[in-house]
Amino acid sequence: MIRKAIFGAALLSAVAAMATAPRIDTDAAIMDPGMPRTLSAYGFFADPAAQIPNARVTPYRLNTPLYSDGAEKLRFVYLPDGTTMAADGEGLLDIPVGGALIKTFAFGEGEDRRLVETRVLLHRADGWLALPYLWNEEQTDAQLAIAGARVPVVTPGGEAISYRVPNKNQCKECHGLDGAVVPIGPKARNLSHEWLAAMVEAGHIDEMPRDADQLPVWEHRDSANLTAAARGYLDVNCAHCHRPGATASNSGLDLRWEQQSPDAVGIGKRPVAAGRGAGGHLFDIVPGAPDSSILTYRMGSPEPGVAMPELGKATVDEAGLDIVRRWIEEMAP
Amino acid sequence: MTIRPTLAAALLATAAPAIAATHDIAPGENAQEALQEALILTEPGDEIVLAAGRYELTDGLSLDVDGVTLRGAGMEGTVLDFTTQAGSGEGLLVTSDNVTLRDFALENPKGDGIKSKGADNIVYHRIRVTWTRGPHPENGAYGIYPVESDGVLVDGAKVTGASDAGIYVGQSNHITVRNSIAEANVAGIEIENSRNALVEHNVATRNTGGILVFDLPALPVMGGGNVIVANNLVVANDTPNFAPPGNIVAGVRRGTGILVMANDKVLIENNILAQNPTAPVMVIAYTQGFDDERYNPLPRDVVVGDNLYDGGGYDPQLDGAEMLLAAFGGELPPVLWDGLGSLSAVEGTSGWSLNLTEQGKGLDAAQPGPLAVSAPAGEFDRSGIGAPSALDERLGG
Repeated sequence: MIRKAIFGAALLSAVAAMATAPRIDTDAAIMDPGMPRTLSAYGFFADPAAQIPNARVTPYRLNTPLYSDGAEKLRFVYLPDGTTMAADGEGLLDIPVGGALIKTFAFGEGEDRRLVETRVLLHRADGWLALPYLWNEEQTDAQLAIAGARVPVVTPGGEAISYRVPNKNQCKECHGLDGAVVPIGPKARNLSHEWLAAMVEAGHIDEMPRDADQLPVWEHRDSANLTAAARGYLDVNCAHCHRPGATASNSGLDLRWEQQSPDAVGIGKRPVAAGRGAGGHLFDIVPGAPDSSILTYRMGSPEPGVAMPELGKATVDEAGLDIVRRWIEEMAP
Repeated sequence: MTIRPTLAAALLATAAPAIAATHDIAPGENAQEALQEALILTEPGDEIVLAAGRYELTDGLSLDVDGVTLRGAGMEGTVLDFTTQAGSGEGLLVTSDNVTLRDFALENPKGDGIKSKGADNIVYHRIRVTWTRGPHPENGAYGIYPVESDGVLVDGAKVTGASDAGIYVGQSNHITVRNSIAEANVAGIEIENSRNALVEHNVATRNTGGILVFDLPALPVMGGGNVIVANNLVVANDTPNFAPPGNIVAGVRRGTGILVMANDKVLIENNILAQNPTAPVMVIAYTQGFDDERYNPLPRDVVVGDNLYDGGGYDPQLDGAEMLLAAFGGELPPVLWDGLGSLSAVEGTSGWSLNLTEQGKGLDAAQPGPLAVSAPAGEFDRSGIGAPSALDERLGG
């Protein structure tokens, strides 16, 4: 159902592109030095408010997404004319210079849907640049908000919160790896065979990646392998920082999907710099005992200084916490 | 914010490839955005100047531009107040090299105070981090927190109330912490998994433990050592441990002066140690089990030089304290060693040993007795220890 809708949107975008004369130089906006002040300067959308993309802007979804206070997230990849992404096994699709990733965050359903922010990742000649754009009241355009912002929103759970739009540096806190900014989301293991095949067919990816589509589709997590669902969740929600070379490398905790060492993923691992985030517990994960595990304690806290992830959310992801708790519960002590 | 020289002016000044700009920030309603925007738009060589006053900040700040100076109007004049902080794991995060932070304060950050990660050649000068309610387990963990960095100078700082360590340097190299005050933290100053650290001319008081030097297993950077702890005033570290359980420092005994655990080549000399009721100096192996081949849990080549001890362990927080006190005539000698690894001490050093023979097996096998170690063999090798001297040049003004 969801995938059909995405393909429908892609078709629409093609139609829209034919009908619209290209007045905006998307490639220049992505590649030229400086930071465009508005999202419309990129010309990614034929209908910004409806999030109908222009030509060469393709929507996608991730099997298991990052939790962002329950925001609806609309993801797109832009490829300059005549370029393709290169498959790299189960890992990140290699997006060429001139390409961009676009992600819009929205709250509310149907008529009431409000676009809050759009984050863009621009692949420039000197590397990736991450920029946040804040949507205006009229929902006609979004303005560069390099210092970030706070916006009152009501989550799908009905909770009124102060939603944090990250500043430009905070983008790097999650997207930083070995000192450079890199994409996180579009790894082949977290993309569907169906979408990848369509992209290969359209000439947007050079070949079908090996080991694609491994992470469970989040909506189907209850029928998926529990370990895969939990490790997939941790990979997507935690491992951009908790891995070597990234923001939380000094913790020694490595929550990447491919990490096989029980110690490294936190089983029987003592905390290093958790402070009060340890919650009185001795180990990150105590097999069979989610109530005694620091990992679940921090995931279950909304309190800054305790809560994990530190950025990108203000509320507890109950569904994610539930999966991780069940995974720890079923672990043999 | 000061307007940058125009492009035309910049082109005229061909001799100056980088024109340093000054960004002036004042407290007020938009301070959060103005300051964060300056921290993002600043360029190498620039200075961001924080006018005196109190800045009410709701979100953590971050700096990712090399060679920037962030300067306030004094550690009592410019206060970044994070009492209502709603997001981020620290007050200020620095991830760029050659940054100078000076003359301002942070109060009540929800997590850590200032964290600098992978930020080489950083200077913290006259920075104050205070949790204003005093010792409390829900205070943030670290006040000043450089980690994974080469070249760290902390000079004239003051940290109070950290629920882990006031000044914590972790997984770093070429470090100097000096002229600073660490008061009423769990650990005053902590050097962890780091090499070539000089800790001198500091005051560590009313902490649970004054100055801690140790190595932990299973971290990306290990092999801590080459550390000098000298000319510090380590006095009255008698605050009951208020660290949240689960953290390594939650095991620090109230009344520890200088602790060395699992480290290589550490010199302790010319310190004044008074009223540290468990042990003015404690040299021990890592106490837990571990599963990391790279890790050496023992203290090796630790040297206790001349120090001024005003008494020893007169009220030790140790199992069997009464018996121990009775055995040693009412007060434990100032230097406590667990008997593992290797320790030397200058002649006349009064100490005692647990005489353990195995690491990680608890204290059941302890056979307490007087310290019997040899005198240091030769001079302690000081080469390469401390922050690069070039960092001193940023302390003027």
